[in-house]
Amino acid sequence: MIRLVPRRQRSRAMVWGAPLLAVALTLITGGLTFAIMGKPMGAALFTFFVQPLTSVYGVSELIVKASPLVLIGIGLSLGFRANVWNIGAEGQYTFGAILGGGIAIFFHDSTSPFLLPAMLIAGAVGGMAWAAIPAFLRTRFNANEILVSLMLTYVAVLLLSYLVHGPWRDPDGYNFPESRLFPEAGTMPVLIEGTRVHMGVFFALIAVGVALLLGKGLTGFKLKLVGLAPEAARFAGFSETRIIWFALLAGGGLAGLAGVIEVAGPIGQLIPTISPGYGFTAIIVAFLGRLHPVGVLLAGLVMALTYLGGETAQIEIGVPAAVTGLFQGFLLFYLLACDVLIRYRVHILIGKAAR
Amino acid sequence: MSGFEHLTPLILTVITASTPLLFAAAGELVTERSGVLNLGVEGLMVTGALAAFAGTYVSGSAIIGVLCGALAGVLMALVFAALTLSLLANQVATGLALTIFGLGLTSLLGSGFIGVTVENLPKLYIPGLSEIPVLGPIVFGQDAMVYLSFACVGGIGWVLARTRVGLILRAVGASHDSAHALGYPVIRIRYMATMFGGAMGGIAGSYLSLVYTPMWAENLTAGRGWIALALVVFSTWRPGRLVVGAYLFGAITVIQLHAQGLGVAVPSQFLSMTPYLVTIMVLVVISRDRLKIQLNAPACLGRSFHPAQ
Repeated sequence: MIRLVPRRQRSRAMVWGAPLLAVALTLITGGLTFAIMGKPMGAALFTFFVQPLTSVYGVSELIVKASPLVLIGIGLSLGFRANVWNIGAEGQYTFGAILGGGIAIFFHDSTSPFLLPAMLIAGAVGGMAWAAIPAFLRTRFNANEILVSLMLTYVAVLLLSYLVHGPWRDPDGYNFPESRLFPEAGTMPVLIEGTRVHMGVFFALIAVGVALLLGKGLTGFKLKLVGLAPEAARFAGFSETRIIWFALLAGGGLAGLAGVIEVAGPIGQLIPTISPGYGFTAIIVAFLGRLHPVGVLLAGLVMALTYLGGETAQIEIGVPAAVTGLFQGFLLFYLLACDVLIRYRVHILIGKAAR
Repeated sequence: MSGFEHLTPLILTVITASTPLLFAAAGELVTERSGVLNLGVEGLMVTGALAAFAGTYVSGSAIIGVLCGALAGVLMALVFAALTLSLLANQVATGLALTIFGLGLTSLLGSGFIGVTVENLPKLYIPGLSEIPVLGPIVFGQDAMVYLSFACVGGIGWVLARTRVGLILRAVGASHDSAHALGYPVIRIRYMATMFGGAMGGIAGSYLSLVYTPMWAENLTAGRGWIALALVVFSTWRPGRLVVGAYLFGAITVIQLHAQGLGVAVPSQFLSMTPYLVTIMVLVVISRDRLKIQLNAPACLGRSFHPAQ
């Protein structure tokens, strides 16, 4: 018999202890999963979680994969604080990539230094535009933003598929569903020679910094208040409509930026699949990072490791890369379970006491 | 008469496309009426779909397959219930986790079933009746699951509106504090409602992998779990309206597929978008009337209950 006894105050230790506990439990479950698959547990865990970090290339790939996760995760965490559930970041990412990538395709002869900035702005605007739809429908017509933003993800992915199969297909591409390669002026400069680490890292770090400042200011307070005590927020005169718009536009803008950075960086063109589910994984990143900018940064690295580990394990020990999705699911489950420790003490009653 | 004969196969495919939506939405409706918002319907369906497919493949019986699908849905719902009801986790986040987990688990376990075929569900055949032109195959020529889906909706409607069990369930969803004060076991009732929703989601997935496609493919639910969630809002939490909603979406899905097959001048991707765009439009039309939503939605929907508070 387990009984939950409310704590007088939220446990600060548990706010950060819970994610660590969740990661530890995921490691144990992961090891058992490998054992069930008939792989040596220790060696498999090492291949998945440690080996990617032992080479310069591995670490650089970790940074490449963490950048979009952190960018999107920061945006989502702003909204989640205010209980605005934008779960269509994948769609906003895709539409940002379409709009930004479209500029590179349209000006494919350009050598202008303004091409890349224009693409980045278009990407952010595209993400915001895509997120503006659920914001408008929620504030004007009361339509649930969870379902609207998610439905729009399918629409954006289909739109990208249409473009690369149709009007934006590379005329010299042997009919493959791919756009032209972006021109030199439309690609993210590589920071470290011999790796794929690109300028996008800076954008992720800037987003973390801005979110930190925002958290200390009035906007951060408003977001938190609307989330924790909507009645009080209304009484204080904070407009709920504005908060919803802000949360969705910030989330959409950062997701769109992440999208265009990804196609102008590691990918270099528009193709039908431009994301291994970054928009959805970023939801886990936001929760694992406690909706706090620094936490999101760390959580982004952890989740990037699950992608990288999945790839490494597939090559080295022949485990399907799909274990990544499974481990991500486990991690979120454990995290949600451990979060009970923040507000409650768990009393385990045995024998007579249980009755 | 010949025009109608062309219509019959079209209507038959509409029924096939609508049945999984009806199952999933009916289950979620019961869950939500008890005050629990399970956003993981997509996860329930995809797990049920794989379990049913694997169960049928191993046992050779589609009935055992469907039972496996339902059981998988119940187990997934049990995880959701343990997290949200016993450990008081956020229902929105846990529902998302259920979907992410379900998609990951099935793409891992399902890789061996890609390209495999299994036996289909047998269709009803009544000599004479099933041979009536047009109506015969539609009314008397379906598989058992189609009839079951209507029976479920009717049964749910009756239980919710006319029985003591339904009254208690609605009371728990409307005000868990009052229901608790009256001595009803709020948490236990919510566990049951969530598990019922899980079984129905699993059955819905079974129908997808055994009848609609019929095969196993990664992500084969393709957002249908989310559409089922939208259907519950569309129905304003009334079972009868679910039938209208589910068949509306089934029809849209089939018509856009037929339009693709006929080579309509519109690119296929735009036709594929229609079910998702229509979902948004329907949500807007229904939700616009705030009062209607407030009057019909369970008042405690999505809120955690802890008796000590």
